[in-house]
Amino acid sequence: MSITSATPTRRPTASAWRLRDRLGLALAWFLGLLFCAICAALIIYLTIQGINYLHPAMLFENPKIGYNQSESGGFLAPLVGSLICAAIAMLVAIPAGIGVAVWLSEYARPRALARLAESTVEMLAGTPTVVLALFGLVVFRSQVLAFLSQSAGGVVLGKSFFSAGLMLSLLGLPFVVTSTREGLTAIPNHVREASYALGKTKIATIRRVLLPAVRPSVIAGSSIGTGHVIGDTAIIVMLLGNTYTLQGAGGLPLLSTLRGTGLTLTSYVYDNAPTGALNHPQQAYAAAAIMILLVLVLNLVVDVFARKARAQRWN
Amino acid sequence: MELKPPPPARRLDHASRLTLVEPPPEATPIPLAAVPSAAGAPSVAGVPSVAGVPSVAGVPSITGVPSIAGVPDGAPARAATRLPAIDRMQIEDVSLYYGTAEIVKSVSLPIRQGEVLALIGPSGCGKTTLLRSINRLTELTKTARMTGTITLDGIDTQALEPTELRRRVSMVFQQPNPFPMSIFDNVAYALREQARRRPRRAVLRDQVEDALDRAALLDEVKDDLSRPALRLSGGQQQRLCIARALAAKPEVLLLDEPCSALDPVSSQMIEDLIDTLREDLAIVIVTHNLGQAYRVGDYVAFMYLGELVEYATAQRLFSAPAKARTREYVSGAFG
Amino acid sequence: MHSQVSERLLSEADDLELAADDAAGSRLSRDQRAELWLVALVVGVVLILVAIAVFVTASGWPSFAHNGLRWFGSGGNVDNQIQAMIKSGQYGQHPVYTFRAWPLIWSTILTTAGAVVISLFISVFISIFLVEFAPQPIARVLEPVVRVLASVPSVIYGLVGVVVLIPLIGNHLITASEKQAVTPVLQLNGASLLAAVVILSLMISPIMISIFSEGMRAVPRSWFEASLSLGVNRWRSFWNVAVRSARPALIAGTVLATARAVGESVMLAMVSGTVGFSPNPFDGLLFFFEPSRGLAPTILLNNDELSNNAVAPMLFAIATVLLFSSLMFSLSGWAARQPMKRYFNYGGASA
Repeated sequence: MSITSATPTRRPTASAWRLRDRLGLALAWFLGLLFCAICAALIIYLTIQGINYLHPAMLFENPKIGYNQSESGGFLAPLVGSLICAAIAMLVAIPAGIGVAVWLSEYARPRALARLAESTVEMLAGTPTVVLALFGLVVFRSQVLAFLSQSAGGVVLGKSFFSAGLMLSLLGLPFVVTSTREGLTAIPNHVREASYALGKTKIATIRRVLLPAVRPSVIAGSSIGTGHVIGDTAIIVMLLGNTYTLQGAGGLPLLSTLRGTGLTLTSYVYDNAPTGALNHPQQAYAAAAIMILLVLVLNLVVDVFARKARAQRWN
Repeated sequence: MELKPPPPARRLDHASRLTLVEPPPEATPIPLAAVPSAAGAPSVAGVPSVAGVPSVAGVPSITGVPSIAGVPDGAPARAATRLPAIDRMQIEDVSLYYGTAEIVKSVSLPIRQGEVLALIGPSGCGKTTLLRSINRLTELTKTARMTGTITLDGIDTQALEPTELRRRVSMVFQQPNPFPMSIFDNVAYALREQARRRPRRAVLRDQVEDALDRAALLDEVKDDLSRPALRLSGGQQQRLCIARALAAKPEVLLLDEPCSALDPVSSQMIEDLIDTLREDLAIVIVTHNLGQAYRVGDYVAFMYLGELVEYATAQRLFSAPAKARTREYVSGAFG
Repeated sequence: MHSQVSERLLSEADDLELAADDAAGSRLSRDQRAELWLVALVVGVVLILVAIAVFVTASGWPSFAHNGLRWFGSGGNVDNQIQAMIKSGQYGQHPVYTFRAWPLIWSTILTTAGAVVISLFISVFISIFLVEFAPQPIARVLEPVVRVLASVPSVIYGLVGVVVLIPLIGNHLITASEKQAVTPVLQLNGASLLAAVVILSLMISPIMISIFSEGMRAVPRSWFEASLSLGVNRWRSFWNVAVRSARPALIAGTVLATARAVGESVMLAMVSGTVGFSPNPFDGLLFFFEPSRGLAPTILLNNDELSNNAVAPMLFAIATVLLFSSLMFSLSGWAARQPMKRYFNYGGASA
């Protein structure tokens, strides 16, 4: 043990903030503000261009083939197409996603299968969408699934709303699973135990107690998934046939549309961009503005419900 | 008052350590002029031994009160020390606000090297907030505000760079919180950060071992200093945190209920540790444990609802407290 | 949580269910049946991923079989090779499968590595800013900004890139003399590596930022306070404590962002150029302005030819490479996080 002297020695008082620390802090500030600026610039730019080229009538007209940009009609068909794809995709992805999440959270036996399932969901989330699109082509071109799309001369086309929608559901599934699972694991065990103590079966507990409780999480996850589904282009371009209007495939009205080809807002923008086949940038801007609007609305929904999910109290 | 035989040697024996500076009869707060400073005379002469101190008139002696944590009434005398206590810091009329709520109200206390100041009081009385204001950790909260001055060796702490202040005034927290690194890296952390150039491991090793030794942990870990710190037991982790705080050779050590998360054996180790560190550092300890305050503290400050109710030697405060509130607290009437 | 009335109602409905079960004499209880359905669903999902791997690899096998390991090498103009394949498939001749994918692989490596490095750097700093140093009003704006940028569709990034960034590069950054110099070989119009890397970084940063900041927030504040109380300044304290402890999150975020970058097809198809050219680092500054085409964009740009028997295997072969790289990323991210479990026991991010 050392015994120091009565009067302490002063140590050199260099500032603890070295230059590189100050630079680091400055860089953090700069990049943070830059990011906000870029986002603002992006949204403002798209809004301005949208205002320039977007007429309300466009929402209700179908695209026409015209050389002039002003004759190109509206994008009712792509808009409807986007909505149909999103609907099919989420109608499959939400129940499936909830089911997988419930199993992972409440059952998860055998453990090997649980780990496998977790990795699968993670890997699905990381799979490039072009790969999903190619897989879709392989599957839906087979004779077995010919009923899901048109055939011509014995060759199954494989491209239809069904094919695109089902592949898109694979895209949206991981988001629903992760979000729902988070919500389920946040529910403390005493809630489940209280339900079992009342004599309810496990599945009844899940259906009547847990699932209603995680509704905000499910909605948040579904909205994120929907956003990704609406924004995807690769699967649409490769699995939807890219016709200017929704070409039905004979037979019953709704079914024919779903079995037929069409387009969505994303493929519309892709085709109308300067690099696309049509090269009508003004149309592209208009459609892009609508898409951004949809995206912002969905983000808001996610925000609201994610907050609700976080704010839940269990005592 | 019958003098009982001295308690077992394990208990802290203040006999050779303390300068008894007789506080004025009204125990709160000490006017600064009355406190002799270190610059000059050790005030050893003329100090009466405790045995001769009469109980304050009108205050019943606490012989009838159940003893606090086994402390016998009339503990042994605390004789004069060889070294005088040196004034290190002054808390002068400090009030702390979080937003509009006044957490600490006009507190003044001296902090001296060579003696341990114990802050006691019920939960929410502001003692932890006061402690954290000494090394300006309260500034982390955006709504915090402080009036009054705290000085370190005469310099206002607000005038110092916070990092400089905290190098000289270290803190140990309630929950042991070693970094997720090896034992060596934990203790060497402050040394590495404060050095201009990357210090050689051999140089660091001596300082690290010295700090661990002072923290009474070296023997238990010296075989492998590269073990992850989080694998140690709770008591060892807390001693590691003390070693970490000591590595940079601070002048003041602040302890925020260091033993509250520990078992009694580890607590005792830390109390012994504090005793050995007393000469080199000014120590302030916040504690809930009245017995600990008595064992470890030389001076005890009792706070209640943000106010400093009484400041006295441990001996005096526990045996013959001046204020009724103190008496109630110390006898367990409220907690 | 439930009112008394609904409690009773619920009990009745469930009791009725249980009674019906007993009456039907089913061998499996309701719970067991439910579990079986769920297991079937989960197994189905796993099988779908397996099916993806199997079908895509099988369809691409002819291309690998014909080219062997030289599939990954370089040799000749990859665009010419594709054209040859298209022609051979169209006219029913003996299909040509010769393919040397190196220029495409190189392009993917360049854009991915460039974007990930840049994005990692800026995402770490932005996350630190967001978690610790940003004043409340700015933090409240920055959080939704990150989310919005993450959800902008890639085709819109492509559109903005084509309309804003490419003319900027083509007209202002590339000089006329440079364009002249390479005219016989290339056309420098701005669709370039630089444009691709810049926009790709912007696209993957939000992924990294949200994962990084989550990881940094999860680090116990007591470590930060301990570091501060030892006299270390706020920046160094945060860096030492939060950034270092959030290493599992840093790795997870980087891996996810890399997988995203590798699989990006649409934006790159619009912005990085459509020629299968290998940008040459020894070209100096020109290197950044050279166009190229990565693996994923190649599939997208050639998707009309998927009915062509000579081209299809090649495209599936590329998809196989993409699929297995993304699988590898997930696995390596998981493996990299394992050794760190030694030091962390605060129950943070799971594997």
